[in-house]
Amino acid sequence: MPEHLLKLTAIDAFYGDFQALFGVSLTVEAGQVVAVIGANGAGKSTLLKSIAGLMPPRRGDIVFDGASVGALPAFEVVKRGIALVPEGRRLFPSLSVEENLLIGGQSKRSGPWSLQRVYALFPVLSERRHLPATSLSGGQQQMAAIGRALMSNPRLLLCDEISLGLAPIIVRDIYARLPEIVGEGLSLIIVEQDIVQALRAASHVYCLQEGRVALEGAAKTLTRESISAAYFGV
Amino acid sequence: MSTVQHATRSSHVGVALIAVVLVVLAAAPAWGDRNTLRLLAEMLTFVALASLWNLLAGYAGLVSVGQQAFVGFGGYLLFALAMLAGVHPILAIFIAGPAAALVAVPLAVLIFRLRGAYFAIGTWVVAEVFRLLASQISVLGGGSGISLPAAVIISIAPTRQMREFEIYWLALGLAVAVLGAMVALLRSRHGLALTAIRDNELAAQSNGIDVGRLKLIVYVLVAAGTAMTGALIFLMKLRISPDTAFSVNDWTAFVIFIVVVGGIGRIEGPIIGTIIFFVMRQTLADLGSLYLLIMGAVAIIVMLWAPKGLWGLVADRFGWQALPLQRRLVLELEKKP
Amino acid sequence: MTLWLNIILQGVLIGGLYAMFAAGLSLIFGVMRLVNIAHGDLIVFAAYIALIVTTGTGLDPLTSLIIVVPVMALIGYALQRGLLNRTLGDDLLPPLLVTFGLSIIIQNGLLELFTADSRKLQAGAIEVQTFEVAQGIWIGALPLIQFAVAVAVIAGLQWLFYRTALGRAFRATSDDPSVAQLMGLDTRHVFAMAMALSLAVVAIAGVFLAVRANFDPSIGPARLIFGFEAVIIGGLGSLWGTLIGGVILGVSQAIGAQIDPGWQLLAGHIAFLAILAFRPQGFFPKVSH
Repeated sequence: MPEHLLKLTAIDAFYGDFQALFGVSLTVEAGQVVAVIGANGAGKSTLLKSIAGLMPPRRGDIVFDGASVGALPAFEVVKRGIALVPEGRRLFPSLSVEENLLIGGQSKRSGPWSLQRVYALFPVLSERRHLPATSLSGGQQQMAAIGRALMSNPRLLLCDEISLGLAPIIVRDIYARLPEIVGEGLSLIIVEQDIVQALRAASHVYCLQEGRVALEGAAKTLTRESISAAYFGV
Repeated sequence: MSTVQHATRSSHVGVALIAVVLVVLAAAPAWGDRNTLRLLAEMLTFVALASLWNLLAGYAGLVSVGQQAFVGFGGYLLFALAMLAGVHPILAIFIAGPAAALVAVPLAVLIFRLRGAYFAIGTWVVAEVFRLLASQISVLGGGSGISLPAAVIISIAPTRQMREFEIYWLALGLAVAVLGAMVALLRSRHGLALTAIRDNELAAQSNGIDVGRLKLIVYVLVAAGTAMTGALIFLMKLRISPDTAFSVNDWTAFVIFIVVVGGIGRIEGPIIGTIIFFVMRQTLADLGSLYLLIMGAVAIIVMLWAPKGLWGLVADRFGWQALPLQRRLVLELEKKP
Repeated sequence: MTLWLNIILQGVLIGGLYAMFAAGLSLIFGVMRLVNIAHGDLIVFAAYIALIVTTGTGLDPLTSLIIVVPVMALIGYALQRGLLNRTLGDDLLPPLLVTFGLSIIIQNGLLELFTADSRKLQAGAIEVQTFEVAQGIWIGALPLIQFAVAVAVIAGLQWLFYRTALGRAFRATSDDPSVAQLMGLDTRHVFAMAMALSLAVVAIAGVFLAVRANFDPSIGPARLIFGFEAVIIGGLGSLWGTLIGGVILGVSQAIGAQIDPGWQLLAGHIAFLAILAFRPQGFFPKVSH
């Protein structure tokens, strides 16, 4: 049986005294696109931050590519091959677009992604490469944030609410490029409020509700009713 | 009707203890010798200085490393009024307060344009300016300083013993007045506002607290208190010079040590800190500059590993407070028929 | 007339030294919002290191930089990594009070080791060499070199910040430390590198200070104040601004000294307070306070 690319076992995560995740378990196979959906405050971002090493879980295991990474700090996790596109883009305001991309490649992992490849994927970034990153439109910033994460040549890309605050046409445009990213051998976890988009893009879905996994399964097999029930906890 | 309760069991104990201590201290001229009185008076002035710095930094969030500006201002004003204008020295102490407040207002307007650590250095620059200006005043000794003339000293009281008693009681009265004023302030609604500012300035502001104005008021009040304490200190020393009046070591480094080690942001902290400081001074003073080095190291260690100071550690562990300052809302629920 | 021109020229040149005091301070504030109260004492510390190196090896002061700069850089890295990283956070009290404590420790440590005696480093003939650049206008060789070095240091820092990967790391970490970690940057290391760089500049400033004038363990705080005033006059966040700030400070002091020797320092402080009163953002502000 093939080893999972990523396996979370019963993760508990806390913000200080406040528990945000309760015994969350999740697996991602190589080449898979997994969606994590749920209402605001369900713990989706917390889950990604835990995987990325920004919030080490207090209990439970995170095993990536056979090695335990749960206790590693974020800058080590990137070097292992997990990259996070943070919620709200969070480009560096003091850096230009190109500098943001370059610093994404700071960890110097080898792989297919380079400045040229990112510009090929998102040509609009090339046109604005020397402008301050925050002068771009929301959609362009999202592309830059994804490109920045790709520059670290990850094996697993975590996308936190990339549709947030963007017009639907822009969101569709960005999601249209995801297959090209996955085609290079990347696996994806996407956290989304936009359920339709998430179900379209992913093969496997987890629904979080108040820090717990309320529902999981192949995207095709889940019914609208079961998702609603899990989403809202009805 | 709901009420706010300030006292706790530990504060009842604390207040009783403090009352006893005050009685003992007030009677010190009866049981203490000259040296004891001098030492106690010095300790009391440091309690006052440290409490004032604590109010500024621990409550209003204004960290100043330039309070020596007002210590020296008070001292020089005392010497100037007593020597040049024939004002009675003790009256001069009381004039120093409002005078410093007047000077503090325009200063505050200037240096409040700086924030955080830059504000701190700004206060240092102000102190340096005061020091340089003082050394230009030749009628008060210029750069080398001046001693208080015998005639002025005698005008305090006819005998030396009476002078020492009077100065001692002044020191005691000053320390009690500063602490009393702080307790009154902290129990008032302004005190609540100050605690809010200390915890989260932005949130305090969005709740309608005029943060800028409150900080200005605290800065001016602390300047006044510091100047009065400074006037008393130099009345005790009988000699003043720009370097001693505006010494960063004596009036800022030691004060910061006292507050940090005792417990910043708590009214009891400076009292504990002063006791510790003087114990250390008595035991280590012959080590010269090594003693300062040790103090610096202790302050750093405390700041990193016990940031709430000794009192903070103890009080948090046991839930104590020596003075009735906490706020507990006591709800009276209506009985259901 | 030529008297005043000479005076202003002296002020401009010493402004370069003040700008060097300021550059290290400004750099650290830019990267990690830390104001190092011990900065001036570290400049004096570097001067004493240079003293040890020159007396131990017989090298002249300017050549001793080859040793002093790396030594100070290493000390900076260790200091940040070992002590100052622990003070960083939202609360402004710990870094302020810890660096203040450090200032006291350095001053008194130097006092214990070297006594309060005034020292000076000898740079040889270059100290008295002067050039006449125009009728009656003279420039000292050493002040000129010092100014040129200051300009070079600031230019070098600008280049590093805006054209290298390390500079990118500094700017990114300053913008957003947690996202910087997502890029693979160990922020503890980045901060320590910034402090190492700052103390490398401090080393250069310290050696020039030691050659120019007498030094003893107590003169640190005044250097901190000059550096700080240069930063504020020039405008927070701008390295070239600190050069302008240093020059304005130097010229004010020179003019003040000419009016009355006791007014030298006062004139500088008054210029600073005037700027604070009428143009608090400085001349070339890049960031808000």
